[in-house]
Amino acid sequence: MIHSLFLVNSSGDIFLEKHWKSVVSRSVCDYFFEAQERASEPENVPPVIPTPHHYLISVLRHRIYFVAVIQSEVPPLFVIEFLHRVVDTFQDYFGLCTEAAIKDNVVVVYELLEEMLDNGFPLATESNILKELIKPPTILRTVVNTITGSTNVGEQLPTGQLSVVPWRRTGVKYTNNEAYFDVVEEIDAIIDKSGSTITAEIQGVIDACVKLTGMPDLTLSFMNPRLLDDVSFHPCVRFKRWEAERILSFIPPDGNFRLLSYHVSSQNLVAIPVYVKHNITFREGSSQGRFELTLGPKQTMGKAVESVLVSSQLPRGVLNANLNASQGTYTFDPVTKLLTWDVGKINPQKLPSLKGSMSLQAGASKPDENPTIIIQFKIQQMAISGLKVNRLDMYGEKYKPFKGIKYMTKAGKFQVRT
Amino acid sequence: MSSGSGFGDEKGGSSSVGEPEYGHDPASGGIFSSDYKRHDDLKEMLDSNKDSLKLEAMKRIVAMIARGKNASDLFPAVVKNVACKNIEVKKLVYVYLVRYAEEQQDLALLSISTFQRGLKDPNQLIRASALRVLSSIRVTIIVPIMMLAIKEAASDMSPYVRKTAAHAIPKLYSLDPEQKDQLIEVIEKLLADKTTLVAGSVVMAFEEVCPERIDLIHKNYRKLCNLLIDVEEWGQVVIINMLTRYARTQFLNPNVNVKSDLIKSNPLGEKAFYGSDDEEGKEEKAEAAALAKRKPYVMDPDHRLLLRNTKPLLQSRNAAVVMAVAQLYFHLAPKAEVGVIAKALVRLMRSHSEVQYVVLQNVATMTIKRRGMFEPYLKSFYIRSTDPTQIKILKLEVLTNLANETNISTILREFQTYIKSMDKDFVAATIQAIGRCATNIGEVRDTCLNGLVQLLSNRDELVVAESVVVIKKLLQMQPEQHSDIIKHMAKLTDNIQVPMARASILWLIGEYCEHVPKIAPDVLRKMAKTFTNEEDIVKLQIINLAAKLYLTNSKQTKLLTQYVLNLAKYDQNYDIRDRARFIRQLIVPTDKSGALSKYAKKLFLALKPAPVLESPFKDRDHFQLGSLSHLLNAKAGGYQELPDWPETAPDPSVRNVEVPEWTKCSSREKRKEKKVEKPFYSDSEEESGPTESADSESDSASGSGSGSESEESGSGSESEESREESESEQEDKEDEEDKRKKKKKTDRGKVKAPAVESPERFFFIFSRFRFLILEVQRLASDSCSLRTSCRRWHKKTIAPSGSVKTYELLHRITGEGLGVEYCFSRQPFSPDAHMVAVQIMFTNNTNAETKNLHVEDPKLQSGMRIKEFPEIELLPPGEMVTVVMGIDFCDSTQAANFQLCTHIRKFFVSIQPPVGELMMPVFMTENEFKKEQGQLMGMNEISEKLTLGEKCQNEHGIVQRVTSAANVSRSSCSSSLKSNLQVCRKDGVQWDFSVGYCDGDWHNAGEGYSTGPNPVAP
Repeated sequence: MIHSLFLVNSSGDIFLEKHWKSVVSRSVCDYFFEAQERASEPENVPPVIPTPHHYLISVLRHRIYFVAVIQSEVPPLFVIEFLHRVVDTFQDYFGLCTEAAIKDNVVVVYELLEEMLDNGFPLATESNILKELIKPPTILRTVVNTITGSTNVGEQLPTGQLSVVPWRRTGVKYTNNEAYFDVVEEIDAIIDKSGSTITAEIQGVIDACVKLTGMPDLTLSFMNPRLLDDVSFHPCVRFKRWEAERILSFIPPDGNFRLLSYHVSSQNLVAIPVYVKHNITFREGSSQGRFELTLGPKQTMGKAVESVLVSSQLPRGVLNANLNASQGTYTFDPVTKLLTWDVGKINPQKLPSLKGSMSLQAGASKPDENPTIIIQFKIQQMAISGLKVNRLDMYGEKYKPFKGIKYMTKAGKFQVRT
Repeated sequence: MSSGSGFGDEKGGSSSVGEPEYGHDPASGGIFSSDYKRHDDLKEMLDSNKDSLKLEAMKRIVAMIARGKNASDLFPAVVKNVACKNIEVKKLVYVYLVRYAEEQQDLALLSISTFQRGLKDPNQLIRASALRVLSSIRVTIIVPIMMLAIKEAASDMSPYVRKTAAHAIPKLYSLDPEQKDQLIEVIEKLLADKTTLVAGSVVMAFEEVCPERIDLIHKNYRKLCNLLIDVEEWGQVVIINMLTRYARTQFLNPNVNVKSDLIKSNPLGEKAFYGSDDEEGKEEKAEAAALAKRKPYVMDPDHRLLLRNTKPLLQSRNAAVVMAVAQLYFHLAPKAEVGVIAKALVRLMRSHSEVQYVVLQNVATMTIKRRGMFEPYLKSFYIRSTDPTQIKILKLEVLTNLANETNISTILREFQTYIKSMDKDFVAATIQAIGRCATNIGEVRDTCLNGLVQLLSNRDELVVAESVVVIKKLLQMQPEQHSDIIKHMAKLTDNIQVPMARASILWLIGEYCEHVPKIAPDVLRKMAKTFTNEEDIVKLQIINLAAKLYLTNSKQTKLLTQYVLNLAKYDQNYDIRDRARFIRQLIVPTDKSGALSKYAKKLFLALKPAPVLESPFKDRDHFQLGSLSHLLNAKAGGYQELPDWPETAPDPSVRNVEVPEWTKCSSREKRKEKKVEKPFYSDSEEESGPTESADSESDSASGSGSGSESEESGSGSESEESREESESEQEDKEDEEDKRKKKKKTDRGKVKAPAVESPERFFFIFSRFRFLILEVQRLASDSCSLRTSCRRWHKKTIAPSGSVKTYELLHRITGEGLGVEYCFSRQPFSPDAHMVAVQIMFTNNTNAETKNLHVEDPKLQSGMRIKEFPEIELLPPGEMVTVVMGIDFCDSTQAANFQLCTHIRKFFVSIQPPVGELMMPVFMTENEFKKEQGQLMGMNEISEKLTLGEKCQNEHGIVQRVTSAANVSRSSCSSSLKSNLQVCRKDGVQWDFSVGYCDGDWHNAGEGYSTGPNPVAP
């Protein structure tokens, strides 16, 4: 399956290579670099590139290309999904998956890759198992290791691989037993010029941080499970139980994991929590353009809209923008033509606005496209779909865990066309 | 140090192995500058006896490997450390070995013995890792060793080791393809494995080594379907893809009868514009003919099983699994059911852009065949300005495929927004898409055309050019009404520079020169002027235009045409020169001109069919969806064609697995009984001694399952009851004597054929003691056949094969010539189901007849009952007679004592049952089993002690001893017990293993089961 892996940074250097079968010369990446040159944007490099003897399947994360070399037929998603899993694992281990982090931990990276694939076929990809095999580096452990010369490879042989609950490591012990669940919903929307919604949907996830001793068996039930239209589960969730009773029943992995991601059925109208009034015009023959933007909250059920960030890719003809923000700060990058406005919290009494003029290239005709406005925001303590967790129960262990649940709504791909 | 520097001087110049490697290690970076010195240093560190130094050295070496630097000259120094005690050093040495062994084959052999030793390690993880590294070393000389190791590991007790063996198969195959036949044998054996851990890996090996051997799958098909949901996600992908291919060869096309109805009932008249209508039409015809002969289609239950068991996996978090299920449904499911995959695929569109890219490619192909499926999700394919261009273009493709009369207006409105985008490639694609919508949907053709004409005044040349090309295609459909558009476009030739657009305009003018008789010659004049500067495609079209004008309007254009043809005659491009020569001969009448010139006008100005604008994704579905080949639209190496459906279904019975038919017990009834019995438990509690309690049945059963011997494990049949009893007969007897009795539970599972409740799994429980579970997998629809098979079990049961062990009841010397032996025939005792059938064989060794053999005066424990055999009137000398008696041992291993009387004497005899003989098979679903098991409360154990000899130290021996002591035998079912246990485990029921050693005297403790030998000293 996966023959080799090359890590390529944004400047086109291969800074790590790993082979699971015979060595493939790194010159195979030349085909990748060619494709990279042809692509206008970094994300436009085709994920699958055929070369005379190999196929290159790549993913781009954190400005690093993970280029897998394969030799024969394999489902491309298989490889792509695996590469993303590798990145997730690195992120889990090092906090950040940057070139520097990978270079600093090159030995751990190598050990991880060695365990994750055997002869190119995935072997251990569960973070709980990997953490038993190879301890993640922490500052404390690094210090201890340098002093004592001990290692970050698990002394004990991991039994998780053998267990029937492969996602949970064995012998978990905590003094404080806690289970936290974050219900995070994202609104994806396209709003058209006149302010009407073209498409809007809600995608949600439940991320969990479970630190419980032993082998707890949890059940999580919702007040309104019918809202969930399409769900995908962590492998620990018992599908049958969900089908029959709409209850999430599972033995959780230890630590952080994504329990569930869902899509709220499209029959429900999506409440759009913010509105945008905009007036962006370029006049023919003039080297000036007008820019006006006002944000306001709507349908937020009394909750504040926070961390609002507006960004817009202005047309190429715009030389500079001279704007005035009633709140927050704005920046305009004259090279990339990207306007960003960090609004912060929306005060319903005094709506934030950004007004002013844009200077255009002299003599150039008026740009015929209008920029799209992309908005990011957060609303705490509210799930916009109205999803509510009913209760969380634990079986199989005697102690009483501390349980917590948090709701949040965020903007996903929220775009306003102008 | 001086010697070090001397060494450096000596070799310093000979070669350079790259820049110094200390960049990441500033502490040492400044001190050593030469590579050789540095490598010396590393060698020194590796030779030291301090693990920390070795580790540091190995870390640096691995960092070198990671950066692609050559570290092969360190091989001898590194390989020495292969047996290092430190785990991390060892692991890093493995990394190094696997990387460089191929280059240093001879030296790599030094390490082999270490791995061979590892293969024999009692710890399964060490065995597995030894096999893993051994098989990863690509050294041809060790092929026989690898082969041997794989074979051995394939029958290892530990499923994890067996999984590793499965992984090793493709490695060996790629090293030496000649081993194929032997490897197939191993694959066959592993395919029969019933653990989820192994399933994915072995199917992977199957796909790499012998994908054509589809016959190996038959027997394992149902098992794979049933295990699928518990296999790890990567294995699921491989299994699903393989099963798709399998199903295509074994089942009938489920859509064969429905298709014609669907087309007829299609209210939208899809056929008119639908890309694949020809094909469907053809199919329809062929099918209509076939329909007459064909019986109504009935889906094979196995086909249904596959569809049903894969469906939940659409909810997987792994995009590859979802895609695999989606393609399976697309290729295998009846049309009405394919719709379920749409939602899941749309969900994947939220994922990373690479995932989106692949999913959209597949959706694009699907939308051509099954448009209706994605129509409700139209809006999910709307394009966002932040999407990468390649995603935008794919979404556009899907939107275009989805367009129909009802939604075209919304789609066109979207397209209008897209045209304003800054991304010009995307705009061009949008214009193409509009063109396709216009050709496909007649109603909007004019609207689209008007829109496109407006684009002709766009400032961006690319947009204009693309519009021209598309307009050209549209105009071809109805040129008469649009001469003004043609005129407008003729004007554009002055400004527009994009060759394709210019060529299109020229072609249009030439083709419809009769509609624009005044303009056309003028355009030719202008073009003749710039001919030499034009691109090749434009030149060709100028020649065409000239030729067509010459034929229709030779008065005005004769000279111009000749001028153009002369220019073309000396063109650099031979295509153009050829074209000019050919056209001159054809149109200009000369003496020599052939018969063809008469038809020149017909040739050039024939009515040309309007082009069909087709999706590039049309017909891509002959590749298996989700495959690399599909994505590239070219066959990738190793791609296995998706076979066509067979005309007639191959024999479905090949998938039948020979399962001994067991009786099963109504679980409901059982539960009821249990409640009644409850008090009994508490009563009997006092009886239980303070022994190391052992659930010997469960233990031995499981032990036997994992410890399958090599000659047995591959067989897959589940009828290996009581095989091994004979193996340790003598010990067994001794053991029985010091058996410590414990209380047992009187649970009498009634043998009865119940209605099938849960379709999934049935567990056989050998009741009276209900610990031994065996599993058989059945379909709900099989309930009838199950019923009958239960009956058969009564008759056939487990016929006492030669291996049934006989016990001596009365020795012929003590019996004064009468020898009596008995055995447990394992037949149900028909007069009373609670009784165990004991077969008694009398042999008369005397010279006189023995008369009136009968049972008298049984001394039984309370609750035990006995059903005597009918009196034997006469046993002639030398003869033997066999009778059957029934004893209800009341679930205890207490002996039944009674007197055996002849006409002259009485003998006191006793029959003591081994535990295994007290059990009978009972059907249970998984949940019921768990419930029952949960109620056992640890009070239902029987423990016994046995002494292990010195020789009996390995697991195999131990397992054998346990099974024989409990007088149960391994049956290959018990490996499915493991999967059962997994379920239990998943559901939170604790099954902790503990097997303890006690100075060679061992007992199994607790409710337990051990997958592997993890001996823990108590």
